[in-house]
Amino acid sequence: MALIDFANPTRFLAFAERVLPWLIGLTVLAFAGGLYLTGGAPDDYQQGATVKIMFLHVPSAWLSMFGWTVMSIAALGTLVWRHPLADVAAKAAAPLGAAFTFLCLTTGSLWGRPMWGTYWVWDARLTSVLVLFLMYLGVIALWHTVEEPSRAGRAAAILTLVGAINIPIIKWSVDWWNTLHQPASVVKLSGPAIHPTILLPLMTMAVAFLLLFFTLHIAAMRNEILRRRVRTLMLMRAQAAPGNAS
Amino acid sequence: MRALAALFVRDLRLAVRVGGGGGIGVLFFLIVVVLMPFAIGPDLALLARIGPAILWLGALLASLLTLDRLFAADHEDGSLDLILMGGTPLELAVAAKALAHWLTTGLPLVIVVPLLGLFMNLDGRASAAVALTLLVGTPALTFIGVIGASLSVALRRGGLLLAVLILPLTVPVLIFGVSASNAAIIGPLPFGTPFTILCALSLVSLVIGIFAAAAALRHGME
Repeated sequence: MALIDFANPTRFLAFAERVLPWLIGLTVLAFAGGLYLTGGAPDDYQQGATVKIMFLHVPSAWLSMFGWTVMSIAALGTLVWRHPLADVAAKAAAPLGAAFTFLCLTTGSLWGRPMWGTYWVWDARLTSVLVLFLMYLGVIALWHTVEEPSRAGRAAAILTLVGAINIPIIKWSVDWWNTLHQPASVVKLSGPAIHPTILLPLMTMAVAFLLLFFTLHIAAMRNEILRRRVRTLMLMRAQAAPGNAS
Repeated sequence: MRALAALFVRDLRLAVRVGGGGGIGVLFFLIVVVLMPFAIGPDLALLARIGPAILWLGALLASLLTLDRLFAADHEDGSLDLILMGGTPLELAVAAKALAHWLTTGLPLVIVVPLLGLFMNLDGRASAAVALTLLVGTPALTFIGVIGASLSVALRRGGLLLAVLILPLTVPVLIFGVSASNAAIIGPLPFGTPFTILCALSLVSLVIGIFAAAAALRHGME
């Protein structure tokens, strides 16, 4: 089943109907497992139980970057391959990515207050994630300014691709600049630098967040397709109304 | 080539005429920089300390607010459609328009900096440093701005959308511009380091900006 098979919106809706209940179930299971493992994870010798904010903060951060990556691939789908549902995927992913970025910034800020002594600091990692959040809001604003969906999709696609440069900047900001934020500990060439007792709950929560993203994303895509159908029906009704030329 | 030169000269002429909007950017820059001491207070030492930052922010906002002039007038009278349908590559046409825009909007900002440096209690060396960084950095602001201008050209109620889209992308230019200015004034960083990165940002934004803007114009015009 290639991606092009889902170019037909009706086919995609049928697919979403079938897949969504399973995805919801899997997501619930993954969160249950992740939260159970989080509860059982050891306290940090310095931070105590506060370190467990990490199990929310790190997966949110990963998902915020993943969201923009999904949008960038969808943007290529719109501009290069002209896939009919690519701009639906992009529009559905934008609020999700923004929400995960906001969650990342908030949990990080609340974690920073007891650990670093400040809610905010203008270092490279925090600044670049804040800029990512502003870019998410900008793309959402662009979606809501252009009325016609496919024109809006093309404009948003260009903006998404221009902003994609921020993702590698965020990833390597802790290596390129002197930052207060912890340097790369999981995704690096020499392998994770975290003990398995903490790495396993972290990865489980990451999988749970990823499944949550996919569930919400497919549901949002379904909603957007239905929304566009409503719009078309309303346009057709307005066109057929008595007293209308045509 | 002659078509590009003609487009470039046309844009220059239109900018300096009445209604062209070339000088209004300088006026706005002047007003913003004059407003700052009213808000911050007359402490000269403090003003000298944050002077480069205020001048850079004023230049950024002045560049931003004159950006819709780039395509809006042409869109309204149909010249943009003619440019799109013409034989010259759209990317080069956008580059020609953006260059003319910078010469009439960005360059005057740079020329005015020594005067405004007086208001910020900057000495000659500091003003020169800020002027030099602005000279190299305002092209970056123009070419990043051309992306937003092309995305919002066909929108009737564009409003602040252009600013919202462009400002996050201009953050690196602002950071390195102020960093270079401060490096020349107080150190300890050598001036060359942030300055060359600023030059690199201008060159990269030249390339990315015109391709993104051309794509946006092609897809956005119906």
